[in-house]
Amino acid sequence: MKKLPFSPWHFVLAPLALLFALPLIWLLVSSVMSNAEINKFPPALWPSGIKLDGYRFVLGNALFPRWFLNSFIVSAVAVTANLVFGSLGGYAFARMRFAGSRLLLGLMLATMVIPFQLTMIPTFLVMKDLGLIDTLGALIVPSLVTPFSVFLFRQFFVTLPRELEEAAWIDGCGRLRILVSVVLPLARPALSTVAVLTFLSTWNDLTWPLIAINHDSNYTLQLGLTTFQGQHHTQWAAVMAGNVITVLPVLLGFLLAQKAFIRSLAATGLKG
Amino acid sequence: MASVVGTFTIDPRARRAAAKRRTRGEGATAWAFVSPSVLIILGLSIVPVLWSLLLSFQVNDLVSPSRWVGFANYKALSADPAFQAAVEHTLVYTALYVPLSVVGGLGIALMLDRQIRFISIYRTLVFVPFVVSAAAQGVLFSFVLDPEFGAANSVLHKFGLPAQGFFSDPGQALYLLVAISLWSGTGFCVIVYLAALQGVPGELVEAARIDGAGRAGVLRHVVLPTLTPVTVFLALFQVINALQVFDLVFVTTKGGPLGSTTVIVYFIWEKAFKSFTAGYSAAAAYALAVALLLAGLALQLYQRRRKGVR
Repeated sequence: MKKLPFSPWHFVLAPLALLFALPLIWLLVSSVMSNAEINKFPPALWPSGIKLDGYRFVLGNALFPRWFLNSFIVSAVAVTANLVFGSLGGYAFARMRFAGSRLLLGLMLATMVIPFQLTMIPTFLVMKDLGLIDTLGALIVPSLVTPFSVFLFRQFFVTLPRELEEAAWIDGCGRLRILVSVVLPLARPALSTVAVLTFLSTWNDLTWPLIAINHDSNYTLQLGLTTFQGQHHTQWAAVMAGNVITVLPVLLGFLLAQKAFIRSLAATGLKG
Repeated sequence: MASVVGTFTIDPRARRAAAKRRTRGEGATAWAFVSPSVLIILGLSIVPVLWSLLLSFQVNDLVSPSRWVGFANYKALSADPAFQAAVEHTLVYTALYVPLSVVGGLGIALMLDRQIRFISIYRTLVFVPFVVSAAAQGVLFSFVLDPEFGAANSVLHKFGLPAQGFFSDPGQALYLLVAISLWSGTGFCVIVYLAALQGVPGELVEAARIDGAGRAGVLRHVVLPTLTPVTVFLALFQVINALQVFDLVFVTTKGGPLGSTTVIVYFIWEKAFKSFTAGYSAAAAYALAVALLLAGLALQLYQRRRKGVR
């Protein structure tokens, strides 16, 4: 980093940034406390040493690793499916002419403004009829592709110059071949934006798993965490350890892909 | 001669047929490309929206056959004190969260918009709570604000201040939810404003400086007007978010204590999946959807007008 002169602004900005960081620091700190330290009054504000009892407790619990796996499966399938179906649909809307394409695109865009609360009861009934309630399938099917993914890919593909595809076209490549070997390698910003936002929204979702899942063996991490809290009221260290493990993948992902992440959020104005 | 010409020119009918064949072939491929998205997106949005509308005119417990009751659900809703309370709580939450997050976000963005050391660390720290799920936030703050074991009361104790009830106090719970939402949601406004501040034309700032404008003058007459579209977008975006608040409420207070944090979406969830009055719940969801639609339309109108002016 380039050396810059000291600025008095640090006196304002450092405490402000610390204020935002404090709850997360406290999350980490309390996850390594012993229950004795948490349960005494007034509770300790700093651990006497690093105790991993909380982590041992949650990881040794039969359900917690299962919840992690469930969340991972649902998010991984959602990300993959959104990339595949989103890019296929987006490419067709950007480059191919077919009857009703404009109407269809308009309809898809219109569905983006429908609030989830309006569709959740019938979606529950549909999933029940399909026999998917209380399975991971109920979490996966509605998140396979979002109108946002299709639209984002379409907008990106429209900006690519057609000439890039023409050589492959003349060589007799089909549309699928062109999409896979010419267009997608150029579409990394769109791919990463869709992947990041899909992961964020599926990993962090609570409402739909709450409705669609009954048995604790099918819970996702977010859902498990909320029940965990009630069951182990005195085991706060374990609850916080579980919370750290829930937050960590998103936090690590964010820190690794910070620039792309912020750019995509600022550009799309969407929260997951 | 005629036959030679015939071999080199293409019969217009044949050409049209060929074009048709090509687009038909293309049409089939295109449909293959879009059909997964179309089936899933339209199947799980248009159908449920209409279904919800039907439900809102019925009595339905999600299990047994439903019974048609016309506008009875809507009538009952308008007379239900619990729904009125939910609307009130949601409006209080929105009226506090939206202006504070947008104005706070603008203030912090203006402070963070300078080239000094550690600035990217400051920006990261302000934004990071945004990616933490509402469930994780709720669990964390339930712990921090626990009246017995929480760090918050421990700190108050150190300063000799009386212990607080926090989420167990009906007079505090809703405001605490606003505070937690501000902690996680302000960073988003900061990031959007920081991006927008890059677009403030430097020549305008310079011109204003030459004309004798001080810092406050440049801010008021150049920077803020340039940011107006972003402010409008953020305000409406946050309104839409605030009207739909649920996860945080579910994890921390479950609508309590004494119903003091029952917001509209919590009411909808409770009616559908706890008391199994799905028709009644659907009517409430439609009432919320109309409110959201109005907010969304305002955003659309504003953006269209702006584009028209440009």
